[in-house]
Parts: sequence; structure tokens; C-alpha cells
Amino acid sequence: MTQKNPQERIHTTIWHEDAEPDNPFAAARCRCHGYDVYGDMLGQASWIEYLFLLFRGEAPSPGQARLLEDLALVLANPGPRDASVHAAMAAGVGGSPSAACLMAALAVGAGGLGGAREVERVMQQFRMWGTELAMWQQKMPDYAQMDAGGIWPAAEHPPGFDPHGVNCPTPIRQSLAHLSSLSDGTCLPWLQHHRQALETFAGMPLGIAAVAAAALIDLGFGAAQGEMLYLLLRLPGAAAHALEQRDSGYKKFPFFRIELGNDPGPTTLRNHDIE
Amino acid sequence: MNDPQRLQDQADTLKTNIGAAFPGSRAVMRGKDLHTDLNDLDWLELYVFGITGRRFTTEQVQLLHGIWRLTSYPDARLWNNRIAALAGSTRSSPGLGLAAALAASEARIYGAGPGLSAYDFFTRAHHACSAGQALENIVADTLAKQRGIGGYGRPLVSGDERIAPAMELARRSGLDQGPFIRLAFKTEDILLTGRWRWRMNYAALVAALLLELGFDRMSYHLFISPIFFAGMPPCYLDATNRAEGLTFPLSCGTISYSGLAERRWEQASRQAGQTRGEKTNKEKGHGQKNSVG
Repeated sequence: MTQKNPQERIHTTIWHEDAEPDNPFAAARCRCHGYDVYGDMLGQASWIEYLFLLFRGEAPSPGQARLLEDLALVLANPGPRDASVHAAMAAGVGGSPSAACLMAALAVGAGGLGGAREVERVMQQFRMWGTELAMWQQKMPDYAQMDAGGIWPAAEHPPGFDPHGVNCPTPIRQSLAHLSSLSDGTCLPWLQHHRQALETFAGMPLGIAAVAAAALIDLGFGAAQGEMLYLLLRLPGAAAHALEQRDSGYKKFPFFRIELGNDPGPTTLRNHDIE
Repeated sequence: MNDPQRLQDQADTLKTNIGAAFPGSRAVMRGKDLHTDLNDLDWLELYVFGITGRRFTTEQVQLLHGIWRLTSYPDARLWNNRIAALAGSTRSSPGLGLAAALAASEARIYGAGPGLSAYDFFTRAHHACSAGQALENIVADTLAKQRGIGGYGRPLVSGDERIAPAMELARRSGLDQGPFIRLAFKTEDILLTGRWRWRMNYAALVAALLLELGFDRMSYHLFISPIFFAGMPPCYLDATNRAEGLTFPLSCGTISYSGLAERRWEQASRQAGQTRGEKTNKEKGHGQKNSVG
């Protein structure tokens, strides 16, 4: 089979392919950042190592792999009360396609309240303010300026904190303590050490977005990479809960009451009133 | 810290004035019965009523239709349309392909990104000009702070064929000489005479037109979200009419790789192993890692 030289190009530093001799549209060998994925990595590398390699371009150290793996466990299922999982279940319960369930989880879990945008904002703050507690205290009140002018609604609370929280919930404290013990970086230990001071500055308890952001920075990811990974790592729970609700059926799923403040009432009644 | 009562007050019941469905009986949008009070509205009028709570004149509705219509390009090469086409090519569902293409339209270099940037610029510039500042200075200040002004310049070409027909619709509705439209064209004049040579594109004009119509920022964002939509279903359909997989097929030779040379994973493992003992000791040093701070 002859292969014309393609005119269009995809430029990448991540992926290289050698074609099968009989088909230019089928790959015989795929290399990811230089490693032969199916001929060398398969059987030797773990999924989490491959994930790290894809984003960072290098294999993780065992410590980095462990930290990313445990972060993935922390994030895998926010639980059915979380808005992103709620959205996935709302898709699932009506029998929407599986991809729609995940798209729902991604869309709802993308924003500034506990979502990937919040993680991105906290990572930006770490980039700007480092681990200078005084800087966080000074700059944190300007949260509304984060992302100003873009497609995202303006931040309504200091990123990384829970505007509806009372105290930092146990799973977040457990996650922060555990992940900070694994980190070779500075952000997670700093967050663990200064959590209560930061909560006082914010006037609200720490949220999981801040823990994830600190972990992702300590793993060497940039803010955009962190945003993407956070979206990715929260999907397993959304998928599982969506499937469960699909099987369970809508009659067992909350529909909620509604109070309509300006209900005009049935049209026939209104016409009768006019007469 | 906060009181959970705020959440408790909203639990179980949705309190709203925006609308409700009463299955088997009726539906209400913004205090109007959908099937009687709003039954004379066309779909777009209903869409903007849902966003703004307002009714618009016939000419204004024609303009709003035109704003969507004029940029409905059924060209599957365009990045958002390409998603719809690829969904068709892989025999994914129409809804999934269209929803993903719609979501992609909130882009940085086209769609909502430049549109919102233009909206913000016109809002700021109008306020500053009303306070006596010169537009030239406002433009210069904006360019000093950010690399460009949204809605000026265009990724692929310089001119914009949508401006003239949109302005014709604006003229019919009496909006062609409004303050935001004049501001938009004056900004273009300034950018054309400088070293930038940037022409106004459709995103800026639409932002100015929606400002003339009194759309606030969120209403504007919601209105433009489906602005490209009508071009997407034909791209999906065209791909499904082709044999599966024949829309934008890419050969291995398409990939132009400029990354690291081939290396062995066992080398990576060996390097990682050298640090494994050190790491284990570190972990042992954090024997209380499960304690809660």
C-alpha cells in the first residue's frame, strides 16, 4: 500500500507512531515520551505511572506515583451529594447515554465551587503567593478578581475554602494529613501546618479543592494540568453512581418540591376571574 | 465559620420565580403560562424571554435571529463544528456530538472568550468616555494591560463578512447609530491606524449590539452560547452520510513528533528503584500520617 505524504500535521512532543507496513492508518508501535507503550511499558508500568508520564513527560519517582495514586483515591468519588455526581445521576436515572452522564459530571464539576476551576485558581494562588502566609492573608480578600473577564462566573468565596462549611470535615483533614506525609514538595506540608490560620483568614473551612491543588503542585503539575487531572480523577464515582441510578429508576430518585413565587395559576381559572 | 442553616433552608424544596412544570396540566416561565401567554412567541423570542424576562420588537427579534443565523457556518473544519462531525464519523449520538460542540464554543480564541472580552471593554470604555476620558487612551491602557482587545483581529483572516449584513439588520431596528455601535467602530478606527492593523470582527459587533439591546453580561453570555449552533447539525449529518470513519482520517504520518528519543521503561524503573529505599525511610518517618490535624 502506498502512503501519500500527508499535508496536514499534528505536532506533538508526547506521542510518536510507526505505521504497520500494510496500513498507514494503523500504528505498529506507539511511543509515549520515548517509551514503547505496548512493547515495553505494558506489564511494567502502572496506570498511575503512565498518567504521570503523559502529563509530566517523565516517569514518576515511587514517591510521586504513590502521592498521585492516593490523590486519585481521595478524588475518585465525591459521593452522591456532590453536585457533579448528582448531575451524573440525573443523567443516569433518565436513561441518558453513558457519555452524557460523564459530560454532566464534567460540566457541573468544572466550576468555581468545589470544581476544577477552583483547583486551578488555588494553584494560581500558590504560583503567585508561594507559601508566604502573610501574602495569603493580604491577597485572599481579592478573590473576586480571580478569572475576572473570562467565561467563568466571578469567584464568590476564597478559592480552596468551603463557603457553606462549619468546620473542616474529617475526610478532608484525613486526606490532607495523609497526602502531606507523602509529599516531597512544600505546599501540602505548608497547608497542613497552616490550615487553621488560613481558615481564619478565609472565614470558612478548607475544601478538598485546596488539598488537591497543593498535591498537584507538589507533583510538579501546572495549573492547567491540575484542572484537567481534577476533572479526570473525579469521574469514577460519577460513573458508578450514574449506573446505579439508571438501574434503580426515577421513582427512587429525588425530584424535590417546588415553591413558585409568581405562579399565574391555571389559565381557565384566570379567565374565569376576569369574567 | 458558617451556619448550616443556610443550606437547610434550601433543602428538599426549590424556591423560585423562574418557572415550573405542572405535568398533565401546564407550565410556567417567569410568571407566564407557556401554552397560552407565550404561545405567540417564536423559539428565539422565548429563549431571550427566558434569559431577560423581556419582550422585544419585531425588528429587534429579526436582529437577534440574524445574529445567530449569520454565523451558522456548516463547515466541519471549524474547531467546534469538527467535534460534531467527528461524533457523526464515529457514529456517536447527535445529542452528544452537538452538546460537546456547543460546549467547545466557549473558547478563548473564538466564541464566548473574545465576545465577553469585547463586552467588558465596551462597558468599561463607555463608562470612561462618559466621564470624559479619550477613547484613544482607554484603548492604549487596555492594550498595555492585555495583549489585545477581544473582538478585534480574527484567527484566520482579517476582514469579517458578517459585519455588513448584521449592520443592515441593526439599521432596520434603529440600533446602527447607538452609542455602543459607534464605540465599536471608533475602536476599530483607532486599531486600524496604529501598528496593530486590527479590524473589528463579529464578536465585537455582536457584543455592541447586545449592549444596545440592554443585555447584561450574563444575559449576553447566555444569548451567544448557541450562536454557532445551526451550523453544527449539518456537519454531524454530513459525516453520518459518509462511511464510518471517513471524516478527517489521520494516518500515522500525520503525527509530527518532536519529543524525546526512544528509551526503555526498565531504565526509568531502575532509576525509580534507586530512590525507593530513601522514600520508604521518609514514609516511615511519618508514622502518624493518618492522624488528623
